[in-house]
Amino acid sequence: MHRRGVGAGAIAKKKLAEAKYKERGTVLAEDQIVQMSKQLETFKSNLEEFASKHKQEIRKDPQFRVQFQEMCATIGVDPLASGKGFWSEMLGVGDFYYELGVQIIEVCLALKHRNGGLITLDELHQRVLKGRGKYVQDVSQDDLVRAIKKLKVMGNGFGMIPVGGSYLVQSVPAELNMDHTVVLQLAEKKGYVTVSEIRDGLKWEKERACHVLDHLLKEGLAWLDSQATGEAHYWLPALFSELTSRDVTPEEANQMTP
Amino acid sequence: MDRFSWSNGLLEIDETLVVQQRGVRLYDGDDKVKMELGVALLSTHRLIWRDIKNHVRSEQLCTIKQSHAKIVIHLHPSSPSKEPGPFQNSKYSYIKLSFKEHGQIEFYRRLTEEMTQKRWETTPCFFPPSMQGRKTRAVGIVGIERKIEEKRKETDKNISEAFEDLSKLMVKAKEMVELSRSIATKIKDKQGDITEDETIRFKSYLLSMGIANPVTRETHGSGTRYHMQLAKQLGDMLQAPLEERGGMMALTEVYCLVNRARGMELLSPEDLLNACKMLESMRLPLRLRVFDSGVMVVQLQSHSEEEMIASALDNVLEKGSLTAEEFAKLLGLSVLLSKERLLLAEKVGHLCRDDSVEGLRFYPNRF
Repeated sequence: MHRRGVGAGAIAKKKLAEAKYKERGTVLAEDQIVQMSKQLETFKSNLEEFASKHKQEIRKDPQFRVQFQEMCATIGVDPLASGKGFWSEMLGVGDFYYELGVQIIEVCLALKHRNGGLITLDELHQRVLKGRGKYVQDVSQDDLVRAIKKLKVMGNGFGMIPVGGSYLVQSVPAELNMDHTVVLQLAEKKGYVTVSEIRDGLKWEKERACHVLDHLLKEGLAWLDSQATGEAHYWLPALFSELTSRDVTPEEANQMTP
Repeated sequence: MDRFSWSNGLLEIDETLVVQQRGVRLYDGDDKVKMELGVALLSTHRLIWRDIKNHVRSEQLCTIKQSHAKIVIHLHPSSPSKEPGPFQNSKYSYIKLSFKEHGQIEFYRRLTEEMTQKRWETTPCFFPPSMQGRKTRAVGIVGIERKIEEKRKETDKNISEAFEDLSKLMVKAKEMVELSRSIATKIKDKQGDITEDETIRFKSYLLSMGIANPVTRETHGSGTRYHMQLAKQLGDMLQAPLEERGGMMALTEVYCLVNRARGMELLSPEDLLNACKMLESMRLPLRLRVFDSGVMVVQLQSHSEEEMIASALDNVLEKGSLTAEEFAKLLGLSVLLSKERLLLAEKVGHLCRDDSVEGLRFYPNRF
């Protein structure tokens, strides 16, 4: 047991403090910590019981997971904060999302040479599902979003940009401000954008448009097609649909550049 | 495939399970059977195949041969007293098991073992006439629809029960959140006499519940004893990989490496971050480092900054100029980290940049 203070004087002082607290009706923090410890034990066994009955639900049903996460958020609890948390240990939510995180990182890394570190949520979803095999648990886009939110803390630039009703997932620390985002959104429909389209659609001057496009080029997020009919097209590989793209490995890509 | 008969899938007395493998598809001779991937179980007496809906078929063993992730099993003709099964007749006298999720090597090995041991002859078992599984084997479209409906109702029932239980659980969790907030306020206002020990305990309670830690990060940061242990483990585990990768790894790389190695009881990103934050204070040979761009890496203490910058400068001098990608290829590092090194060298003035649409290129600084 810790020694908080010894001697008659300390005891007397403590008794006085306790009395004062009781007067005001407040409880001592130490007592509360003891109380919390007890409540924690009870909670743990309640959670164990819940897990024994419903653990499968969480793993198999994406809808249930959404509900679960939202309830946790409402009361101020983050079930994914730590692998050592009760939620993770007993319900297995942790392993599900952390493993998903690993898969997301791997997919993004594998495609970075092609799309510069930007990928649509749809494509990410498809590739993660492919990588997981058919008989592993079903993964929804909501699951991906939550996993990505957790990955953010590791500072590698994980973020989500709202584009055309869904999201672009960014996995590199490229700085993308409002201007860049807006241009990405504009390019979403066709997969490319031109300076005139930006000027007409967003009412910007040419310089501003070029500045943004140059930045996207530099970061490897956009490709310049100067042979397009009319004016130059700026393509965004992240927005390529399945039809117009073919998978190329990094080695092949290096051989192709003149 | 006509050698199979329905069974309830339970093992008899004296019959033991030898090996089981999921992700197995059945082939009637060379034809694919219209059944989904299921679980193949090998017992001392029978080969049982169970699909995901739990229908079970079983067959007595005879001769086998392996080929390319499939096992071909040649079967004796069925005895006249055979119980009914899924196929009335078949033109093939062999079946194939296709292992979509691997496991064929082990399965084949066990199968050959069982074939040589022929335990079914020494301890004969009586197999009761086939029971049609727990649910009635419904026929036709109506039956299928009925089954789907039953399953949906059961799922619904399970889910609503689960939600009820979950709500009750959340009420209790909420009480704890409020209690922890009250404690945290008191700690902040320094009311009462909280020892360091109690603070540490409190933090671990917060960790267990997943409650964000509002207490100031002076003592041990937001880490707990758990994170300290983790930090030590990381110190051991990452030495070799870091050496291989030039002394530096991005935090996301570490996350993937560590979790892939663990397989279970994975670390959350926050766990990893909190553990890494403690590396320096625990005097371990690694440390966490955050670059200006926000990129976080784990770095070997022994790899000094000057060495890295000097080597970057040397490489650039040798080649005249380098981009991050070229540098990465040269050193076998990731592009992200090689870029950071070049930026570092630039920061101290050894390199200068040429920033154009063609990319970021670094030159030795002659100014």
